[in-house]
Amino acid sequence: MNGIWASTLDILTSYGSMISLAGVGIFLIMAVNALVAVYFERKVSAFMQDRLGPMEVGIFGFKGGKKFWGGIGQTIADTVKLLTKEDILPDSADKKLMILAPFIIFIGAFVTFIGVPFSSVLLVSNFNIGIFYIIAMSSVGVVGIILAGWASNNKWSLYGSLRSAAQIISYEIPAGLSLILVVLVAGSLNIHDIVGWQADHRWFIFHSPMAFLAFFVYFISGVAETNRTPFDIPEAESELVAGWMTEYSGFRWALFFLSEYANMLIVCILTAVVFLGGWLSPMAMFNIFPESWLIFDGIWWGAFWIMFKAIFLIFVMMWFRWTFPRLRVDQLMYLCWKVLIPFALVNLVLVSIWELL
Amino acid sequence: MSEVFFILIAAITIASAIWVVFSSNLIYSAVALLFTLFGVAGLYVFLYADFIAATQVVVYVGGILVLIIFGVMLTNKIADNRISHSSRPRFMAGVISFFIFVLVMTVIFTTTWHTGEEQIATATVNTIGEMILTTYLLPFEVASLVLLAALMGSALLSRKKHG
Repeated sequence: MNGIWASTLDILTSYGSMISLAGVGIFLIMAVNALVAVYFERKVSAFMQDRLGPMEVGIFGFKGGKKFWGGIGQTIADTVKLLTKEDILPDSADKKLMILAPFIIFIGAFVTFIGVPFSSVLLVSNFNIGIFYIIAMSSVGVVGIILAGWASNNKWSLYGSLRSAAQIISYEIPAGLSLILVVLVAGSLNIHDIVGWQADHRWFIFHSPMAFLAFFVYFISGVAETNRTPFDIPEAESELVAGWMTEYSGFRWALFFLSEYANMLIVCILTAVVFLGGWLSPMAMFNIFPESWLIFDGIWWGAFWIMFKAIFLIFVMMWFRWTFPRLRVDQLMYLCWKVLIPFALVNLVLVSIWELL
Repeated sequence: MSEVFFILIAAITIASAIWVVFSSNLIYSAVALLFTLFGVAGLYVFLYADFIAATQVVVYVGGILVLIIFGVMLTNKIADNRISHSSRPRFMAGVISFFIFVLVMTVIFTTTWHTGEEQIATATVNTIGEMILTTYLLPFEVASLVLLAALMGSALLSRKKHG
């Protein structure tokens, strides 16, 4: 008995150190992503609206002022402010669920990263069912959103969470259908196999007109699934205060923010991997570049390319946010059920025929 | 090693399942159901059924559980924090539950379980896909017809009557 426990403990610690290493890595990526993305978003929005954005707080010798790095310390100051804020739980709220809900959302985003690749080797676990795992785990967060809205015991919160649930569940269908198209062509759910197909042939977005359309269907659904403008009716400021986040403050609100930006990164990386060649460089696809340029396809360059594509897509998401007006609830449902889903379905049939020819 | 995890996951599954039944607050039951469903998904992973595990999460956590919470919120007075269910006819329920328990236990202990060599399945998805479209084509098509009928039926029932 003693021996069994000792060996179990041994294995537990060795597994434990591996698991905690991956966990800390994922958490660091999420935190850094949120820090950078918030600053990036504020600067992009300022650029779109012809103003300067944050420009007071400097850090490490980068003094604030009217320069483009002017407010580079702003997000760090904001984080400190958020974490030291008073933690408010309303009297009539359901306290246990209100505490639990942000963690469900956070864990939903956190475990999704287990299947998300950052290069051909920087991947916590290379599942057989890679893409399907990512879809499955990213659908967990919606439970947390509904609970957060209900537990707050606030009309705005409840409306926000009901809208959010309806929206996320609806938009999962066109997103899933466009990914099935890729799975059908590549013949595998595994991320390595899908990128391998793209290395042998071409990027999926250029596979066929159908795949080109599927890319846009998936990306629009992805923007809707992360609750961002123009699909941000769950937290529409002018109607619902802040939607399901209304009653939250301090650390728990910071968790919502962290998860939202993490979900953006997940959607963008998945789009990059599935449609834009993942860790392959653009040079490898076109044969017009000299052979010597192919050194950009190494293992570490892979991480650069995948992040380059993902960050560009994040920029496009921000571009959407600051240029499009918000959709009404009925317009949102119309777009999903009567435009995107029929297109995705017809697409799927057409691409099957294309593959048979 | 995996035994420790198995016991842990089984314990979570059973404990949260008990919570689902005994909690008097419907929303709390739904939250406990979240852990139960995840536990079951974990048990599928132990059977090397990765595809089934992910499907379990997509369908039950992402779909059915959300629908349950949705339904609870929309049918009751949502402003009221005490959405509860009572257990009135306890005696009859106890008798029926006892017989179901006896039935299940009898089945468990009289079935000769198929135990083969332990083998590690590598890719299940391809096999599942092939089986569905060859050996089990008829059940698969029937299931899809039933689902289609259910979809159309619910759309018809929820539709506003004209005139």
